[in-house]
Amino acid sequence: MQSKTTVLRESFVPRSIESIKQFLVSNMVTIMFVILSVLGYKVSGMTPFLFFMDITARISRNAFLVLALIIPVMAGMGLNFSIVLGAMAAQAVVIFVTHWGIGGLPGIVLAVALVTPLAALLGFLTGTLFNRTKGQEMIAGLILGYFAQGVYELIFLQLVGSLIPMSNPRLIMGSGVGVRTTIDLTGGLKYGLDWPGQYWGNDLLLRPTLPWTALGLSVLLALVLLAYQLRAEKRKRWSIPRMVASMVGIVVIAAWSIVQIRSNSQINWIRVPLLTWLVIGAACVGLHFFSKTKLGQDMRSVGQNRHVAAVAGIDVNRVRIKAIILSMVMAAWGHIIFLQNLGTFSTYGSHEQVGLYSAAALLIGGATVAKASIKHAVLGTILFHTLFIVAPAAGRQLFGDAQIGEYFRVFVAYGVIGITLAMHAWKHVLQSRSDAKPSGTEH
Amino acid sequence: MASNSFLKRIDLARLIIAEFFVFLCITAVALRLNLAELITSSLSRIGMWSVLVLAMLPAIVSGIGPNFGVSLGIICGLLGGLTALELAYRLDEIVQFSPGILFLMAILFSLPFALLVGVGYGWLLNRVKGSEMMIATYVGFSIVSIMKLAWVFLPFTNPEMAWPIGRGVRVQVALGNRGLAQLLNNFLAIRIGEVVIPTGLLLSGALCALLVWFFMRSQTGMAMAAAGSNPRFAQAAGISVDRQRIIGTVLSTVLGAVGILIYSQSYGFLQLYEGPMFMPFVAVAAILIGGASVSKANITHVVVGTILFLGIQVVAVPVANAFTADWSSMGEISRKIIQNGVILYALTQAGGE
Repeated sequence: MQSKTTVLRESFVPRSIESIKQFLVSNMVTIMFVILSVLGYKVSGMTPFLFFMDITARISRNAFLVLALIIPVMAGMGLNFSIVLGAMAAQAVVIFVTHWGIGGLPGIVLAVALVTPLAALLGFLTGTLFNRTKGQEMIAGLILGYFAQGVYELIFLQLVGSLIPMSNPRLIMGSGVGVRTTIDLTGGLKYGLDWPGQYWGNDLLLRPTLPWTALGLSVLLALVLLAYQLRAEKRKRWSIPRMVASMVGIVVIAAWSIVQIRSNSQINWIRVPLLTWLVIGAACVGLHFFSKTKLGQDMRSVGQNRHVAAVAGIDVNRVRIKAIILSMVMAAWGHIIFLQNLGTFSTYGSHEQVGLYSAAALLIGGATVAKASIKHAVLGTILFHTLFIVAPAAGRQLFGDAQIGEYFRVFVAYGVIGITLAMHAWKHVLQSRSDAKPSGTEH
Repeated sequence: MASNSFLKRIDLARLIIAEFFVFLCITAVALRLNLAELITSSLSRIGMWSVLVLAMLPAIVSGIGPNFGVSLGIICGLLGGLTALELAYRLDEIVQFSPGILFLMAILFSLPFALLVGVGYGWLLNRVKGSEMMIATYVGFSIVSIMKLAWVFLPFTNPEMAWPIGRGVRVQVALGNRGLAQLLNNFLAIRIGEVVIPTGLLLSGALCALLVWFFMRSQTGMAMAAAGSNPRFAQAAGISVDRQRIIGTVLSTVLGAVGILIYSQSYGFLQLYEGPMFMPFVAVAAILIGGASVSKANITHVVVGTILFLGIQVVAVPVANAFTADWSSMGEISRKIIQNGVILYALTQAGGE
């Protein structure tokens, strides 16, 4: 008996400690940001109402853009900084749709229809460029973004009004040449997707309150989890502790929602743009099933090893171009969602940080340059934007200067990308070194 | 063979850019723009950037590629400059430094920072072989953005650099108060008609280039070039490739520090905060325009590239403005397109993994 318990203890205790340790190490970045976000929120002294209002808006605005980064990571092309081009395409289309005066949901549908071929073309060109810079896609994408910025400015700052005839005092500068530096979408595309009912004079259509949405989401999530657990193969099922932890989390959220609904707190004033969230949800589900298709599997193989994939008969270059086209189109759609939520945008600046902030969000969610999932994107969006909201307020509380918080959050964005890239490259070097050693030859 | 290598050296992209520059110059003459002013500002702009472009050379030669993270060196230079100004302020009661001494002090103070940072940065780059360009870019971005916090908190007391209210160092610290502005530009400056030749500025650029040229011919320089051009062969020949790469990185960082001080004295201000963020891209593009690739470069590329790229930047604006006042942004736009187009072109030529 005694020997049995010691064996049990020996086999059980170290393994659980080991697995906890492994969990902590592999999720270090995410855990750090959870702590940072919670501390930041405490220090900032923000009211829950303001915080939840802001975070609801920011999730609706940015989640889709972060999702656009997943496919190229799958195909082994790293963080696709060229999504800035997709954002520029979206802005170009939004400018024209605004010029034609089409607003609301129909305007959004038209913009999406127009931007898709444009973004696909840009994606094709970008993919072709990336095939000529294999292994350096990220820096090429970053520089391509700066290059495209020059072309974009050439078109909209110099050619519109001079070579491209366009006159619209709302959009064109006083001199008659160039598009104005800020464009107001009020009465046009603003909230076209978020408040789909406004077009038909029903402002509250598809805009439930935050607690009700949270309650609905947690019930849905619980049902999906249970269904999965019952129907999945045995070895794919979640372990009991993981399941229990998830269920506890879901119940806590549901309980919080019910408490909020029954109280008359300000949280009940916050409304969720349900249609936008449904679109984001659809993108998540779509990505999930896409990864199981033939093309999705091909992308995975290319991402793991280009040479092996080529030997297996996959047209590597074609698959890589398709990955970038998909990513670019998603980025363009995502940026339309972003702009309609923002309601007013800077013609020559709103796209600039799209790559930076989306990549930072994805990495904070726990993704790496070689592995990214929907879970990473969603969690990362929430964490990164929590930090974004609380940092200026925390800076003001701690140092009497909101600017310090702003500097800090920008540093975080750059720093997290820099560190993740360096860690990944280092691991890659170590791996190829250990691969090379046993055979005794360097390749 | 000879014609083949000639064609390879002067490839299409550079030819287009060189022709564009010639076209701009001819247009400038045809439009009767103020040539003296154009030449004067071209010369000072070329001199300003020369050492920063030169900083790319040891990096490329040692094998780490164009130094997209030269902003680290730039920050060391700025730190040196601020330290010198602070020291001059604290010692005001005791001794007055002449501008020349103060400038040398700025360089001297920036060196320890640059050496230390360069070694650490080189160590990092040795661990991420194959992704140096991207890592360097993001290391640069990260350091520039964390330095924004540092500029707020560093304990400088000199009122010339602090905000009158609030905390931290100004966005731009004026150098005119202590006679540092245009110090080198005015040194031995020659006036021919209305053209002013900033002799001191050009000479200091040439001096740095000469030092680098001598270094390249020294034993260490040769070893560094060998490590960069063929690491496996160099390793077999008993050269420590990693060590040579660190030497290249340190040299590049030091040149970046000296380069920004030369740049700043001509500009008249130390530009902090966002200032150093995108400077590396200009320097990278310049040396690439001069004919360098991401793995090969020499002094000629530095000279030709600086003259071409910075020359275009100076001439393009008035030429575009002469056509129509609405084209006022053309100078900046053409810079963005040329600068990033050239870097992209060089990346495609590198051929990937």
